[in-house]
Amino acid sequence: MSNTVLETKNLSKYFYDPVKFQVLKEINMSINHGEFVSIVGKSGCGKSTLLYLLSTMDTDYEGELYIHDELITGKTDKDFAKIRNENIGFVFQFHYLLSEYNVLKNVMLPGMKLGKLTEKEIEHNAMEHLRTLDMHEQALKMPNQLSGGQKQRVAIARALINNPLIIMGDEPTGNLDHKNSDMVFDIFNKLTVEHQQTLLIVTHDNDFASRTNRIITMEDGRIV
Amino acid sequence: MNFKLILNIAVHLLRARLKQSIVAAVGVTFGIAMFITLVSFMHGLNNMLDNLMLNRTPHVRLYNEIKPSDKQPISVSENYKNDVNFVSSVKPKDRGKAIYNSKAIIHYLKQDPRIIDVAPKITTPVFFNSGTIEISGVVYGVEVAAEEKLFQLSEYIIEGKVSDLTQNNSIIIGKGLADKMLLKKGDVIKITTAKGNLASMKVVGITQIGIADLDNTMSYTSLDTAQKLLGEPTNYITDIQIKLHDINSAPALANEFRTQFDVDAIDYQTSNSQFETGSTVRSIISYAVGIVLLIVAGFGIYNILNMMIFEKMDSIAILKATGFSGNDVKWIFIVLSMVIGITGGLFGLLFGFIFTSIIDVIPFSTAALPTIKTYPIDYNIIYYLIGITFALCTTFIAGLFPALKAGKVDPVEIIRGK
Repeated sequence: MSNTVLETKNLSKYFYDPVKFQVLKEINMSINHGEFVSIVGKSGCGKSTLLYLLSTMDTDYEGELYIHDELITGKTDKDFAKIRNENIGFVFQFHYLLSEYNVLKNVMLPGMKLGKLTEKEIEHNAMEHLRTLDMHEQALKMPNQLSGGQKQRVAIARALINNPLIIMGDEPTGNLDHKNSDMVFDIFNKLTVEHQQTLLIVTHDNDFASRTNRIITMEDGRIV
Repeated sequence: MNFKLILNIAVHLLRARLKQSIVAAVGVTFGIAMFITLVSFMHGLNNMLDNLMLNRTPHVRLYNEIKPSDKQPISVSENYKNDVNFVSSVKPKDRGKAIYNSKAIIHYLKQDPRIIDVAPKITTPVFFNSGTIEISGVVYGVEVAAEEKLFQLSEYIIEGKVSDLTQNNSIIIGKGLADKMLLKKGDVIKITTAKGNLASMKVVGITQIGIADLDNTMSYTSLDTAQKLLGEPTNYITDIQIKLHDINSAPALANEFRTQFDVDAIDYQTSNSQFETGSTVRSIISYAVGIVLLIVAGFGIYNILNMMIFEKMDSIAILKATGFSGNDVKWIFIVLSMVIGITGGLFGLLFGFIFTSIIDVIPFSTAALPTIKTYPIDYNIIYYLIGITFALCTTFIAGLFPALKAGKVDPVEIIRGK
């Protein structure tokens, strides 16, 4: 099996509203296993748009997208959902925890959806992930009882639950203060170093980006 | 699709909006409860009124109608066979009211497996004399045992016993007659027949059917007494009343007997057609009101789900981002709606039953209906099945549209918006 986790060929994307506008211009890139990659660029350069294309949530593009050397362009909504569930973990700027569930259940939810393990095993894995993120003591709290940094750590634990091929982050430190940003970076760094976890993080925090393995800089829909 | 997980998520979403969910469920509960109460009550009334008629009316009645002959003599004549004949001033033919060969017909009908039983009857107009005043009325000569078996005569006797009719020259008179002539049980009444025969009879009971016109004119006596009163032999019978196992076959059987015995026959449906119409209309009204209530409840669910989806856009987005397909999300909201529907519906059935039970014990006494003590209720499992089925359909449809919308939510739009 090749070492490439994610690869794009001539990826282009247009916005049609209010006028036709090409956001992404024939992007060719690939990410290898175990890499910690950051995408930086000015606002509006298309870096988030690229991330959503790579995440399979946005399917309206031209070109080809490969995950693990498998062409996934043109699959059905159901297949994409499965791919996201199994292969991609998400950390967003906002934590997006379900307020109806406690921390542990929030982390378990994608695992339950995957349904490969029993509930007990998923719970055990969730606790392990929370423990590595030092959140195990908060496991039974509700999300609204946590601080911003804690919520983001729970979101990372949720991204990890299905042992994804790649974790994608859209400004995961955007809402956090310096201390919490450092903490999130340390967690990501630890994941790549210790578990060879592949990471792709969109950020405008140059300080954050400079510490990653590879920086992809974008300008006007192109990689420079 | 992991149904357990979907149900779990749906229930959690519901619990987060418990108050609204309860309001939605109460809407369904109210709709179902009212539907069941209304339909049960309406059918109870219908059945009561139907029975009022049905118990009093034979399914098929054989009698001789006074009417002109179908064939006038001239149409039988060979000489004028090919001519067009006009006969003016035709008068009805008196074939006598008595059914010819009645004993044999009754004997034959009693063997018929489609027939529950047969009750012979004599109907004759009379005058009841009270001092110098004559009140017109009707005497029904009945075979007491058969009449009791088929028409529950005793249910309408408010004084005295039916069995007393077997005594010679005894009569049971209507409440209206008794009130007019100040008669009570044990008194003697004088009766004049249409042919001028005069007889004295002992009042052994008073009957009240609840239909004033009948109570003011009718009286019962035994078959023998009626025959004696009219001075007719023991085979004199004017009506043969038939009760069938299957009331729906009455029109067909009436036709069959008409040709077979060469008498007039009328079936229950024909003689009570206006009654059937009334029942049907009442049923339609009660169903319509019930269904409208449920539809209103459906709109309530639709509203609440729509609001919930707007509130839960973030949750929907992250569910989709973490691997739930549009279909899964759709089912979460449909299940959510169905949970409201089922919970509300089951409580609706319970409350429907409670309401009907309450109505069932409310006293309802009317002079017109001596046997009815409380409001009538028809407890029928069918209404409960219709109620719950309709509740589930309504909530499913009410949930479907918001659910489809939720399924189509684009997570990118939501997440980028932040």
